[in-house]
Amino acid sequence: MTVELGFGVLVLTLIVTLYGVVAAIIGVSRKDQRWIDSARYASLLIFPLLTLVVIAILYLIVTGHYEVAYVYSVSSNATPLYLKLTALWGGQAGSLIFWSWLMSAFTSAVMLRKWNRDREFLPWVIVVTLVTLVFFLVMSIFFENPFNRFWATPMGDRIEAMFPPAGSDLLLPADGRGLNPLLRHPGMIIHPPMLYLGFVSFVIPFAFAIAALITGRTDDRWIRITRRWTLVAWLFLTIGLVLGMRWAYDVLGWGGYWGWDPVEIAALMPWLTGTALLHSVMIQEKRGMFKQWNMLLVILTYDLVIYGTFLTRSGVLSSVHAFAQSAIGPLFFAFISLTLIVSIWLLLLRWKSLRSEGQLQSLLSRETLFLVNNLLFLGLFIECFWGVNFPLLSELVTGQKVTFGPAWYIRATGPLWGGLLLLMGIAPLSAWQISTYKTLGKAFWKPFIFSLLAVAAALALKVREAGALIGFWLVALAFAVTLYEYWRGIRARHNSTGENWLKSIWHLTGKNRRRYGGYIIHLGVILMAIGVIGIEAFQTQTQGALTPGQSLELGDYSVKYQSLAEWDTRDGKNITRAVMEVSKNGRVLQEVYPRRDYYYDSQQPMTIPGLRSTMVDDIYVILVDWEPISSRQATFKVFHNPLVNWLWVGTIVLILGSIIAVWPSTEREPAK
Amino acid sequence: MAKKAFVFVLLAVTFFANLQTAAVFAQEKTPVTDDDVNEVARQLYCPVCENISLDVCPTQACEQWRSLIREKLEAGWTTEQINSYFATQYGDRVLAEPPKKGINWLVYILPPAMIIAGAVLLARTITRLRAPKKNIASVSRTADTSGDKYLTRVEEELKKRKG
Repeated sequence: MTVELGFGVLVLTLIVTLYGVVAAIIGVSRKDQRWIDSARYASLLIFPLLTLVVIAILYLIVTGHYEVAYVYSVSSNATPLYLKLTALWGGQAGSLIFWSWLMSAFTSAVMLRKWNRDREFLPWVIVVTLVTLVFFLVMSIFFENPFNRFWATPMGDRIEAMFPPAGSDLLLPADGRGLNPLLRHPGMIIHPPMLYLGFVSFVIPFAFAIAALITGRTDDRWIRITRRWTLVAWLFLTIGLVLGMRWAYDVLGWGGYWGWDPVEIAALMPWLTGTALLHSVMIQEKRGMFKQWNMLLVILTYDLVIYGTFLTRSGVLSSVHAFAQSAIGPLFFAFISLTLIVSIWLLLLRWKSLRSEGQLQSLLSRETLFLVNNLLFLGLFIECFWGVNFPLLSELVTGQKVTFGPAWYIRATGPLWGGLLLLMGIAPLSAWQISTYKTLGKAFWKPFIFSLLAVAAALALKVREAGALIGFWLVALAFAVTLYEYWRGIRARHNSTGENWLKSIWHLTGKNRRRYGGYIIHLGVILMAIGVIGIEAFQTQTQGALTPGQSLELGDYSVKYQSLAEWDTRDGKNITRAVMEVSKNGRVLQEVYPRRDYYYDSQQPMTIPGLRSTMVDDIYVILVDWEPISSRQATFKVFHNPLVNWLWVGTIVLILGSIIAVWPSTEREPAK
Repeated sequence: MAKKAFVFVLLAVTFFANLQTAAVFAQEKTPVTDDDVNEVARQLYCPVCENISLDVCPTQACEQWRSLIREKLEAGWTTEQINSYFATQYGDRVLAEPPKKGINWLVYILPPAMIIAGAVLLARTITRLRAPKKNIASVSRTADTSGDKYLTRVEEELKKRKG
């Protein structure tokens, strides 16, 4: 009953969504506000309808309706309740519904805003958001239906279908297969919603941009409306990416957080273009320049969002041929092509009216530096896009796939990341419009000397790798410049208003949330860069087979194998856990417990490292192998990951900065 | 004389002793540590476990590949020999990077070329948009890239400045 109801509501949602699109278009063509209002009400109805669908799926999962294929594949009787609830996005069909549901929530939020000044945008924003939704709903209903059930045909086959094929009976499995064990991790539970929130919120700026193109209202109004959306989208995408990194670090057991896997890069690409957009819209707001470019970036970001969802969902990554056979692959491809072509066509139609109003007056002005920033971000995007897509091209042309390991990406993107750090150390000091070597140099020399001191310190600490030294220099420079810029603001405020220093900090940030929030974001990124440099330049590892009492030595550290135990748990897994003692220069620090969990239901092993984590370094121990009978000898791998914790700390700073930058500024300064 | 003979005997004994140990080593395999194996395995990818390099992949198949690497290393093979052995057996996709041949050159040429093209485009845009700082004559020479509206605005700007 729930199945039929859920599916019925899903179909109804599609009808309402289609109606919304048609009504909005009729409203525009007949210039009839009633139709547009009707389209708006339809848009508002989608969220409650999809909420019902989500409730139906959750009900089926929680009550153990394993005749539903999706429930069978992501849940089991032993699954705890919180994992049952998050199993909504544990598989393909559910996560597509989840995507649509979030999208509908954002659409409703947009519909509820005050439209007085932007009436002409409304119908087109409705059209763009709802067309995107139509695509995902069609996908859910016709190709990835979460309500499909198992049926036994008279021939004895088991098939998945929504409605019973002739003469078949419903199959009622007593238990499900359970959620993929790799996904049973707190990071993985929050990671998809964050990523999806990031994805769907990028649809909103795109919708306004397209509305601006269609209506011909090509001033920066669309940017002013959507800049907060863009920042929120960016924030969620960043959190999603970092949670994915943390999950990889904690669960995948290969000693790192980022493996340059196409699935990771799929989420990184819209982040790259989105970050470029966040910077370049400021040029348009301040100087009325590069409007065409901003349009291009927002279009690219939108299609990369769809592409990102598609890459991870279509099977295209395993093989081009799997993609051609999958039902949803070609559809995604068609949708991306269509939206890209239509958007670019609209952009070309308005190309002339989007000309820059201002002029570049100085090579060192902030707008010029922002353009260089955009070039670097786009460069990163090109490298990533090529790395992900070249294997597909190669398979099509030569029949052979190729692999792009981390070494290729690090070489290809390393200088570009370095260039961005350098810009972070210059751009905040440069002024809009006119900046000369003299003005820049005057502000620059103090932070520059600080950065040289940092390099000297690194040399004194026996750092010799050129890459690491350059990295530390850039980080120190960007750090000093950001703090110096903050300090200049605080000092100016303190001197002019006579407020105490703390008040000055508070009011300075409060009055210019976007600017100083942005600087805090920069500080977060700089701290993250320290973590990245630490692990990229200084990670060491060793592996060896030990008997209890023996140790592996790595630098100053010694990791002693104490004991190994193996047992079954009630929730259907087998745990093998070693006790290891970490000591440094002969001093015992703590015990760590590397584990290998084996899930009987999915027959999948999971390697969980034993971790000693400090701000200086991490000791990361993996249980590689062991003798099952005697439990005497076991093989361990030990990683020494310097500074990696700064990555996570930096993320928290970045989130704080983003919240400051997004916070609505209602507070007014009392006149003095 | 006796002293000389003693030195000779000593030398002879050492020589033979050395020869013996050398012979023993020749029969034994080159000692290979797990770290040596991982060093090679890090640059290889099995065709089944996508994008997980061989040194960290926990599957049985990858375990066997690692044993194979160990055997080859013990037999004195170099990293390059092992890499090309796996590449001939299983295709280029086992390598951590596409070998620089044929269509694969695109991997190494195209993205840098595009970035350079982007940089050139950017530089041209900057020069074009900076034109108003120069005198009118030079502006009119670059008129083909800017258009009439643009020129009018430049002139307006200049008039304003004079005023």
